[in-house]
Parts: sequence; structure tokens; C-alpha cells
Amino acid sequence: MNVVVCVKQIPDPADPGALDPNTKTLKRDVKLILDESDSYGVEMALQLVDTAGGGEVTLVSMAPNSEVGGLRTALAMGAAKAVLVSDEALAGSDALGTSKVLAKAIERAGEADLIITATESSDGYTGTVPEQIAELMGLPSITFAKSIAVEGGTVKVQRQTEAGYDDVEAPTPAVVSVTAGVVEPRYPSFKGIMAAKSKPVDEVTVADLGIDASQVGWAGAGQEILEIAAAEEREAGTIVEDDGEGFQKIVDYLAELKVI
Amino acid sequence: MLEFTEGHEMFRNTVREFVGKEIDPHADAWEESGSFPARELFSKMGQLGLLGLTYDERWGGGGSDTTYKMILGEELGRCASLGVAMAISVQTDMATPALHRYGSDELREKYLRPAIAGEMVTSIAVSEPDAGSDVAGIRTRAVQDGDEWVINGTKMWITSGTQSDWLCLLARTSDEGGYRGMSQIIVPTDTPGFSVSRKLDKLGMRGSDTAELSFDDCRVPVSNTIGEPGRGFQQQMAQFQDERMIAAYQMVGATELALQRTVEYLKERVAFGSPLLANQHLQYSLAEVAAELDLNRHHNWVTVAKANRGEDFTREATVAKLCAARLGRRMADLAVQYHGGMGYVEELWPARFFRDARLWSIGGGADEVMLRTLARMNGIIGD
Ligand SMILES: Cc1cc2nc3c(=O)[nH]c(=O)nc-3n(C[C@H](O)[C@H](O)[C@H](O)COP(=O)(O)OP(=O)(O)OC[C@H]3O[C@@H](n4cnc5c(N)ncnc54)[C@H](O)[C@@H]3O)c2cc1C
Repeated sequence: MNVVVCVKQIPDPADPGALDPNTKTLKRDVKLILDESDSYGVEMALQLVDTAGGGEVTLVSMAPNSEVGGLRTALAMGAAKAVLVSDEALAGSDALGTSKVLAKAIERAGEADLIITATESSDGYTGTVPEQIAELMGLPSITFAKSIAVEGGTVKVQRQTEAGYDDVEAPTPAVVSVTAGVVEPRYPSFKGIMAAKSKPVDEVTVADLGIDASQVGWAGAGQEILEIAAAEEREAGTIVEDDGEGFQKIVDYLAELKVI
Repeated sequence: MLEFTEGHEMFRNTVREFVGKEIDPHADAWEESGSFPARELFSKMGQLGLLGLTYDERWGGGGSDTTYKMILGEELGRCASLGVAMAISVQTDMATPALHRYGSDELREKYLRPAIAGEMVTSIAVSEPDAGSDVAGIRTRAVQDGDEWVINGTKMWITSGTQSDWLCLLARTSDEGGYRGMSQIIVPTDTPGFSVSRKLDKLGMRGSDTAELSFDDCRVPVSNTIGEPGRGFQQQMAQFQDERMIAAYQMVGATELALQRTVEYLKERVAFGSPLLANQHLQYSLAEVAAELDLNRHHNWVTVAKANRGEDFTREATVAKLCAARLGRRMADLAVQYHGGMGYVEELWPARFFRDARLWSIGGGADEVMLRTLARMNGIIGD
């Protein structure tokens, strides 16, 4: 079974850099790493291929400056190869522009039984790319997967809900977005890291994918960020002294919030 | 100078994540119980290829350069229990290098491969109640009887001794005195006559079990001899160089983290109207540690570069171990001091670090033994 996983390479959240006041987007000229949200999809894909007893995991990523830092991590985890779209024309792409590029890159990655994405990236958070990819490719879309199984030509997914999960299925190929935290992503092993060095990364431009540059980047963006502002400082919490009745105060507080 | 690649960086992340998820959350419980589940932890490490980085791929090793080993050491030095880090480094750099270097193929297949895979726990058994610094003074004896060694004696201070599967034992195998007539022998711990006489109650490194071991007519095949019979002392001296370097890598990682955490604490802690770190005395004493830390780290790089080129690094390892251990304990002392009362209680990290860091000026050859070696190398001798 062949699985394509869309992975985003993002500025390290531990050292996120800055917002560019002109473009109103995150500066991406720093070293990028694998978005942790995507590590769950990579892990799931690797497990699916293992279970199927054959096939491979291919990564697809769109990133500036030929960045492969995050891809190498996923390759070291066990993915076989990657398609990287890197092109100056992509700067400023909105979610739809990104989806157009990823859809074409997924086609370039070869026959896939399944396309896995995260539910949203940790830096952009639009949460719309997976469904747009599915629409553009004319494939079924299943969101918020907590577990995935493929049997014959069907993908069976437990879709997370507030109360638990729904059992849903779709014919393959399909696009499935995976909720963060549902599997334990493996550590890249020493052997994996060594092997990752020589795994192929097929770097392509927008033109290579047959996309007109006017469709993507600032030129193609149908969405404009009008303003960015710092998040409000979190207010100091309330400290409850436990004088033996501490639990009652907490219960009252939660009742006041109508949580219980 | 050493070159660092993307692979090295990724490897550092793997070890850091591993330590953060598989060791640190359990450190308190392991410290409390005076031991850690070595087989369980090692098998996870084995799967990631962490236990035989520089060893030949023939035996399941990684065939890597020594730079990876240094990174492993530095990152283990950042773990919440230096005792566990020490026991891991016994497995990787104290009990197995001689077997890898000099052992027969049969021995390597039977004992090295499972050690690298983390399926067997290993110990290095050199020190004795009456001979630690003076290795030539050991008394444990192996006498040949047909194709077997019959071993009698006592070993002391043996890391992981209560749970290891085999020991790399240094024993006298002939009546020649001093540095001659010793051999390194692999002793499986299920050999009749072997027993753990006691588990030692230590000042620090409490996450790792340390034992006194007793050998009472223990019989093992003569073919369990590592390398050449009679060359045990020399082989062990070579093995000590790996031991000293892994200690030096760990203390660089440990000191760096302790320095960083102390600085963070002093930024937050207010006294006399400003953060304690506003005090120049504190700033400068920590800056001194930072300066020496650079020197130690870069000295390690030089040593690793020599190892990568296959050159002898005895002198460098001696200096590295001496200086990194001393800096570690100085940092530990400052950490306790600058945390005040909080440095003296178990609620924060400095108390444990203070106890643990103290070991490396004793274990793996005391500071004075390093100085003795250096004095001789430099011709600083009195006769
Ligand atoms: C936690 C822990 C774990 C250990 N793990 C192991 C292990 O796994 N395997 C193993 O074989 N051993 C192990 N050891 C033993 C360790 O290597 C010895 O403790 C060390 O070599 C010192 O030997 P000693 O304790 O016999 O001290 P001694 O040899 O009695 O020396 C005592 C002190 O005398 C001074 N001294 C000694 N020689 C000289 C000299 N020539 N000139 C000047 N001063 C000198 C030093 O200050 C030294 O610390 C461990 C020890 C500890 C504490």
C-alpha cells in the first residue's frame, strides 16, 4: 500500500522567530522543522504500510528556500521519499493556493491508496487544506481520524467527535486528516537517520507541476490578512488556598463557569 | 575541527526526546528505589541503535563516527538521573569496548550483539575492596582447569551489578605480579558460584544500582577470555579511555544544563529589590563556568577528531575526564549555593545533581589518578 503524507515544515515553535509587519505572515527564512502535527500522520502512514506488508510512504511538502530539514526527520522515521515544492512564486499563498500546489504534488508522487494530512498546521491553523485537496483531486475526504484501517478498497476511520467517535468509511484513494496525539510518533533511529541522508527528495517548481504562477502566492491569493496583533496577555489565575474546603471552592467556581 | 551535519543534529534530537520521554519521567521513582529497569530501558535504546553507535555493523552496531557518541554522551548528561546515564554508558563504553576490539567472533556474536541490541545488561568488574585506583593490585584470580577458568575473589562498586547478564571481569590469570598476568574474561551471571553479596547504599547516582560481587569457584570456558590471555591489564587500560571520554561528554552536557537552569532561576528569584542575577558576583562566577565549559567542550572535539582519525587519545581522555569532572562538581556546588535553601532540598534538581556530579572525580579513575598519568606523560616525576 502506498500512502502520501502532506507535511509542513515550520519555524521551531520553541524559537518561532517573528511576524513580518509588511506581509503580515510568519518569517520563514529561519531553519524549519517538521510540524509536530504532521508527525502523527507520518507515524500512522508507516504503521499502515507495515500492516499491509508492503508499499511505501511518500512525503509531500511545500516550503521556501529548498528547505528539507523537516522532511529529513520524516524520512528518518521511515518514509521512503519526498516531493518538495519550493518556488519564490509561492510566497504569500493562501490555503487554497497551497491546496492547489499540494494536489498537483501528490499526483506527482505516484499512485497512492491514501493521502494523509494533519487536521491543521501548528503555525497557520486555517484547518481547510485537507478538504480543499480532496475537492481539487475529486477524492472523498474524512476528517479528524483517530485511527485508520485500510481493507480492500475501503478506508475505515474512527472519526473523533466530542462524545467519542464515529465509524466512517470511504473508497480509496481518499484524503484523511489525522488528529494530533492519537499515536506515539516513533523517534528517528540512528539507522533511520543515516538512511535518510540518501533518500530521494524530488524538488520541483510551480512550473514543473504545470501550475500558472498567477494562481498561487500573493498573485493568486483570494484571502488577505488585514491586521495582525499580539495575543492578549493571559490574566493571572485565581489561587485557591486549601483550608480543608478547597474542593468546595473549586466546585463553586466550575459551577459559576457553568462547566458543571 | 569537528564537522556537524544535519544527521548529527537530528540524532541529538532523537536522544533528547528519548531522555525526555523514557527516562526523565521515571527518574524520581528510580532514584527512590535505588535502581532502574535496565533490560526494559536498554531494549528500547537498542531498537534506536543507541547502544552500539561506533561498533561494527557486523555485530549490530551503527558503524558511526565518534561524534555521534559524543552527542549521545552530552544528551545523556542532561537527564534527570545521572546514575541512569552512568549505567547506560557502562553498557556502551565501559564493559563492551574491549570485547568489540579484541574479542573472538564467537564471543562477539554471543555477548556483544545482544548487548548492542539491549537484550543483555552488562557490567565492568575491575575494582575490588582493596584495589580501586591501583588496578595492578587486584586479587581476583582465575586458575585454568582443563578448558575452564575457575574464578575466586570479590569485585566491588560494580555498576548494574544486581541486574547484569554478563561481566567483563579483570582477573589475575598467572603468578606474575603487577601489570602482567591479568586477563579479561566474560562471566555470565548465571554461572554457579557467582553471587551478589550486597547492594551498596550510595551518596549519589542512586538511580543506578552498585553491587559487591563474589566469585566462589565460578567456572567459565577459557574461550570466554577476551583477546590475549595475560594482556588483560593493557586491554583494560585501552577500555578505560572510552570510559573516560563518555564521562567527559556527559559532564559537558550536564554542566551546560545546570548552568542554564541556574541562570533561569536567578533571573526569577528576587532579593534586595532585584533579580539575584543582577548581582555581578553571581554573573561572573557563572561566566567563568561558561568559559571553562567552552574549553572542555572544545577539548572533547579535539579528542573526538583524533578518535575519528583512529589515533591514540589517551592523553586527551585523561585531561578531558579530569577537567570535565571538576567543572561539573564546581557547577554543582554553585547550583546548590545560588539556589539557597532550595538548593538543599529534594524538591528541586540541584541537590541530586550535587550528589551525582561528585562521582566523576572518583569513578573511572580518581582525579589524582588522572594527574598521576599526566605527570608521568609530562615527565613531572620526582626520581
Ligand atoms: C558509584 C560508583 C560506581 C562505580 N562503578 C564501577 C564499575 O562499574 N566497575 C568498576 O570496576 N569500578 C567501579 N567503581 C569503582 C571506581 O572506579 C573506584 O572507586 C575508583 O577507581 C577509586 O578507587 P577506590 O574507591 O578503591 O579508591 P582508592 O584507590 O582507595 O583511592 C582513594 C583516594 O585516594 C586518592 N588516590 C588514589 N591513588 C592516588 C595516587 N596515586 N596519588 C594520589 N592520590 C591517590 C584519590 O583521591 C582517591 O579518590 C565505581 C565507583 C563508584 C563510587
